[in-house]
Amino acid sequence: MGELRLMKGNEVIAEAAIRAGADGYFGYPITPQSEIMETLMVRKPWEETGMVVLQAESEVASINMVYGGAGCGKKVMTSSSSPGVSLMMEGISYIAGAELPCLIVNIVRGGPGLGTIQPSQADYFQSVKGGGHGDYRLIVLAPNSVQEMNDHVGLGFDLAFKYRNPALILSDGVIGQMMEKVELSDYKPRLTEEEIIEKYGDWAHIGKPANRSQNVVTSLELQSEIMEKRNQHLIEKYASMQEDVMYEEIMTEDAEYLFVAFGSSSRICQKAIELARAEGIKVGLFRPITLFPFATNQLKELGQKMKGILTVEMNAGQMVEDVKLAVECKVPVEWFGRFGGIIPSPQEIVDALKHKIIGG
Amino acid sequence: MTEEIIIAGFGGQGVLSMGKILAYSGVMQNQEVSWMPSYGPEMRGGTANVTVILSDEKISSPIVNTYDTAIILNQPSLDKFEEAVKPGGVLLYDPNGITKPPTRTDIKVFKVEAAEEAAAMGNMKIFNMIVLGAYLKIKPVVKMENVMKGLEKSIPARHHHLLPLNEKAINKGLEVVKEVK
Repeated sequence: MGELRLMKGNEVIAEAAIRAGADGYFGYPITPQSEIMETLMVRKPWEETGMVVLQAESEVASINMVYGGAGCGKKVMTSSSSPGVSLMMEGISYIAGAELPCLIVNIVRGGPGLGTIQPSQADYFQSVKGGGHGDYRLIVLAPNSVQEMNDHVGLGFDLAFKYRNPALILSDGVIGQMMEKVELSDYKPRLTEEEIIEKYGDWAHIGKPANRSQNVVTSLELQSEIMEKRNQHLIEKYASMQEDVMYEEIMTEDAEYLFVAFGSSSRICQKAIELARAEGIKVGLFRPITLFPFATNQLKELGQKMKGILTVEMNAGQMVEDVKLAVECKVPVEWFGRFGGIIPSPQEIVDALKHKIIGG
Repeated sequence: MTEEIIIAGFGGQGVLSMGKILAYSGVMQNQEVSWMPSYGPEMRGGTANVTVILSDEKISSPIVNTYDTAIILNQPSLDKFEEAVKPGGVLLYDPNGITKPPTRTDIKVFKVEAAEEAAAMGNMKIFNMIVLGAYLKIKPVVKMENVMKGLEKSIPARHHHLLPLNEKAINKGLEVVKEVK
């Protein structure tokens, strides 16, 4: 068993990055995620593991430092909150286009624009549908506990390197600011230069021996025929990610109705299930853990057994589109949410289930 | 056992740290815990609150509508959270600065003169520990030895010489809490 601590979700991201053997963190402060860099600065991992922690001059600089580090085969990351992540979109698209691994953490706040600093899930579309330009996808993880904030850092890096694709942890101020018990991961050593050459020498900008040509990291390709092939390759890669789809089902065995929710909303839905079941309403929860790849097939199979589905999101209805696609609109699917930084209460969710699905 | 608690008052009263000590005490007792602060553009003198949940089972939502216990340290918090106490639940408050005392009759109301006692002890910073002691008298959800371990975990090592003072404050709270009939 690892070390047991009481920590905030944001603090755990920092601790987990050090323990995952990260080589570098580049970021710019923004509420509600500033504790990530603050914790790293207090921990001084450069003295312990050699991990670089740098406050860049902007989010644009941060993501391009990540691009550079990733191009050298390093395990690098950044974190921000919604407006800051919007600033990073060009860089994220480039990294996806150049097929490089990295970890991005978005502790979402209410928008649009500068919005509020309170929790929100309004960046679902931005995270899973692109956000930046061009046909690309991110691997998107949605932790719903402080423990998963720890676990998803290591997992995010592993998936990013497996697919040579940016991975993004989509969370919010509920999970980021909350303290829960967490069992921290064991330390993984950072890779040595020799190990990076051995593992990633076929694409990374590191240690070119005389007997091979240079590796080129770029997202630019002016010949359309080649660019189309590159797009085709990316589409196949994104489709292959289905083998790493993750989801959780709670009290679905006897359920007649289903909540679909991710991240902090899924926690509140669990309380709503307790309240609803106390009134005799058989409702369960389907929680996508990876938002991309999305558990379309699994949700289709489960959803078809339901009388109705309510997606609960702290946004104006985003994931509901993917839920409708998954069940092919063969089951009534409605959305309930609060936004702008308001967190729905468990009772509001039960009431919405009654009005929009059961009585609807 | 599941105990859902809201602690609310002014920023600077030690609301969040009291919640943290309680949560850490739960950890020391091998309970499941969550500590969810109100966060925002808050400052000293503004309102602050934290939801602490202690349970023998996995905690579903860190955010709840109603509470087993409300620990109330100013009037705006009383106005906001009196209604949110579950019927049969507990409301503990410090009457200092309260102009409209609680009126519900379907809950148990307790008061602790924590500000007054802290002043008498010559250190306002231990105010929140007196309140914590009062709470633990009403609801001994964690053993005192685990509270002391929780305190030790929550307070930075450089302040550990203050542990005996904090213990004294907790004991004072145990003594002075009164049920309001």
